[in-house]
Amino acid sequence: MKSRRLHFEIFRYNPEDPNSKPHMQNFEIDELPYMSLFMALNHIRETQDPSLQFDFACRSAICGSCGMMVNGRPALGCRTQTKDLPDMIRLHPLPVFKLVGDLSVDTGTWFREMVENTEGWIHAKEAFDPDAQEERMDDELAQKIYDSDRCIECGCCVASCGVANVIGDFAGPAGLNRMARFAMDPRDTREDSDWFELISNEQGVFGCIGMMACHDICPKELPLLEVYAYLRRKALSTGFAGN
Amino acid sequence: MSTQIVSTDVLVIGGGLAGERCAIEAAAAGHDVLILSLVPPRRSHSCAAQGGMQAALGNCVKADGDSPSLHYLDTVKGSDWGADQEVARIFVEEAPVAVREMAHYGVPWTRVRGGRNRYFIKGERVEIEEKEENDGLIMHRDFGGTAKWRACYAGAGTGHAALFAVDSEVVRLGVTVRDRAEAVQLIHDGGRCWGAVSRCLRTGKHSAILVKATVIATGGHGRIYGQYTTNATINEGTGAAIALNTGVVPLGNMEAVQFHPTALSPSGILLTEGCRGDGGFLLDKNLDRFMVEAEPEKQELASRDVVSRHMAQRMRDGLGVDTEYGPHLWLDVRHLGEKHVTTKLREVYEICRDFAGLNPAKELAPVRPTQHYSMGGVRVNKDGEAYNMAGLFAVGEAACWDMHGFNRLGGNSLAETIVTGRLVGRHVAKVATEIDLEANTSIAIDAVRAAESRAAGWLERSGSGPSVYEIRDAMGEAMIANVGIFRTDEELVAGVTQLNELLRECDKAVLRSKAPGMNPELSFALRLKGMLRLALVTAKGALARTESRGAHFRSDYPLRDDARWLNRTLVRWPEGASEPEFNYEPVGLIDLPPGHRGYGSADRIEMDEPLETYNERVEAQQVQHGRLETAEPTGSEIRWGEWGGQQ
Repeated sequence: MKSRRLHFEIFRYNPEDPNSKPHMQNFEIDELPYMSLFMALNHIRETQDPSLQFDFACRSAICGSCGMMVNGRPALGCRTQTKDLPDMIRLHPLPVFKLVGDLSVDTGTWFREMVENTEGWIHAKEAFDPDAQEERMDDELAQKIYDSDRCIECGCCVASCGVANVIGDFAGPAGLNRMARFAMDPRDTREDSDWFELISNEQGVFGCIGMMACHDICPKELPLLEVYAYLRRKALSTGFAGN
Repeated sequence: MSTQIVSTDVLVIGGGLAGERCAIEAAAAGHDVLILSLVPPRRSHSCAAQGGMQAALGNCVKADGDSPSLHYLDTVKGSDWGADQEVARIFVEEAPVAVREMAHYGVPWTRVRGGRNRYFIKGERVEIEEKEENDGLIMHRDFGGTAKWRACYAGAGTGHAALFAVDSEVVRLGVTVRDRAEAVQLIHDGGRCWGAVSRCLRTGKHSAILVKATVIATGGHGRIYGQYTTNATINEGTGAAIALNTGVVPLGNMEAVQFHPTALSPSGILLTEGCRGDGGFLLDKNLDRFMVEAEPEKQELASRDVVSRHMAQRMRDGLGVDTEYGPHLWLDVRHLGEKHVTTKLREVYEICRDFAGLNPAKELAPVRPTQHYSMGGVRVNKDGEAYNMAGLFAVGEAACWDMHGFNRLGGNSLAETIVTGRLVGRHVAKVATEIDLEANTSIAIDAVRAAESRAAGWLERSGSGPSVYEIRDAMGEAMIANVGIFRTDEELVAGVTQLNELLRECDKAVLRSKAPGMNPELSFALRLKGMLRLALVTAKGALARTESRGAHFRSDYPLRDDARWLNRTLVRWPEGASEPEFNYEPVGLIDLPPGHRGYGSADRIEMDEPLETYNERVEAQQVQHGRLETAEPTGSEIRWGEWGGQQ
């Protein structure tokens, strides 16, 4: 069977090159069986334009490096198969994040700030006791925490979010999910008033205007609808309790 | 242009689990720590570990009676007696504490469910009543080569959950992380390390980092096998390569390369050992469960080296499923049921769906053994300090601390990262407390100039030489064809010849892009020679070792030879030398005498000297090869004979 000819239109800009101007560049390659964007982009770089910048690491949809806009929709490049795409494939870097070059964006800085702002760590009761048995946890609850903990911080949800695209200090879907992950964890000693401060404002869950693109595009299929419902309930219950 | 020099207390090269856990220990002791990472730390390859972390907590019924001593026995047998037994002992004693600490950091470990539970064990569905008094403790799953269920896990995303928890702690402690940065050269005076030259992967600029203690935590180097690896694209062995480039620091046991039985074919993406631990089968093209006959006792759960060899042999015998990408076998988890597969093996379910377009709860998954883990690495003493280089440490897969010997057990590497992170971190903190930063800035400036001139050299070279990617691909093909699961003199000689040729080609290779900035082609080119050197010392080490031990299997020398080869390979590449230099040291003090592993072949060549004589040589010979003094004397942590009665 004759393979398809794929037409790529890829955003190019190298901020380190004073002569570089943002533009779209065209490439053509023959499609191969089981071809992913990981394979396609490496093929383009190694045979056509070795200056092309993009990020991949695990190539198995677990490290979250390769978020990019694929025909206008955020997606992980490694997991995107060309057979599921039309002949014309347009690739842009994720919006919201600072551009490193071409398809590569600085998610690291954004997510570090998010973790700092949400204090995304266990606020433990006391120091770790190496001689003590582990604190018990119901397995159902462990699974619920794990469901939220599975976020790989690829940034696809942030890129898809109408609010995060225009309001810089909005926690974004991934940030809200992080809050929920710790709020439901009994090992975290933050009190209702702390959570109220964090969640119940425009930077938190009330900044969300409910378009839910995040829920649709999340590559890890996190239950973001449930996460926001949980946060809103938490905000209301702690708000009323405080009055 | 002036050289940028930053000075701080501790430099950790690599932001995966081992490096970050080590950084936490040093930061908690009050030191300023800088982490360099190729990617944002949470994208490090630790995140891809799936199935579990070994620690003898003994919480579920199938783990009843487990103990560090049993874990010790399994680890030493798994290593095929190549491990340093004192290090194995230190590890097993610390692992339960380190795993519980991860619960403290927030890992959502899967927990014991008291009452009736259904499991699959050796092909049978069984019901087991878990004790109510253990309800809510950390659960275990079965893994290969272990006497008990011991692997602690969070679904099939254990590495991800652990890495996020540890990185949260790094952020909480305010540790500085420089991501998209690569250590391209160590700064040292021949005997003490004073930091590294960092190359920024945003701008391509070099700078010096001067510190009192430097930690290499760059993970494995599976990418020397090209695409034939489960490893991430970033596992190019940058840390091992810069250590080798010092000319004095040896790498240990580079020929010990693990092939994981179940990588998805053809993509090479890992499917966890937990699939078999939870009761999954391996089938050949006739749907025959061949491991039952091959290993009646352990079946699919023999050690990885043994299972991978049986699989490779099965395919050699024409019983693999032929495809345009070569033969594969089948992994069958259908009988575990949709619920189990979509929860406890959820990552496996998603990988099969996304990368092979199949539902493993309903269909067979195509698998074949694929390069997975580097037992070899920067040779360090039991405190984690490199041979011949004070102030340089190595942890995790990048190191040869040597609890794995010639075959690592599944789940032991994830546990090693946090155990060594804690332990070596304490020694790192001590060094940072005790010594002053006495490095002359001129050695830092010289090192930066050298790194800059290497980059400039690549950009200046022109002509019609080969591309760096062609050389990389040829390296991968040379390694998989000649330094694979079954090895022979003929193939290894061919591999060495090809790799030597590629090293010469590397000096003629020409970049196609002169783009300013990080320049992805240049970034890779700067690593290529280091990767080729790692590949060459792996092939040469395998050629020299005329026995079979663990993952190193010589078809022409099929027996383990404890008379001649109960030792560890050390390889250095002296400055200016055209060839690496090989030496051998005793594996360490031997507490558990060499014997049969309980799986695989029982035939072997016995030691021809008494254990006492062997043990008497250890100290002097290791010191002779550059082992630095440890905080506690050699052997202080061996619990002589404590494994007795456990077998």
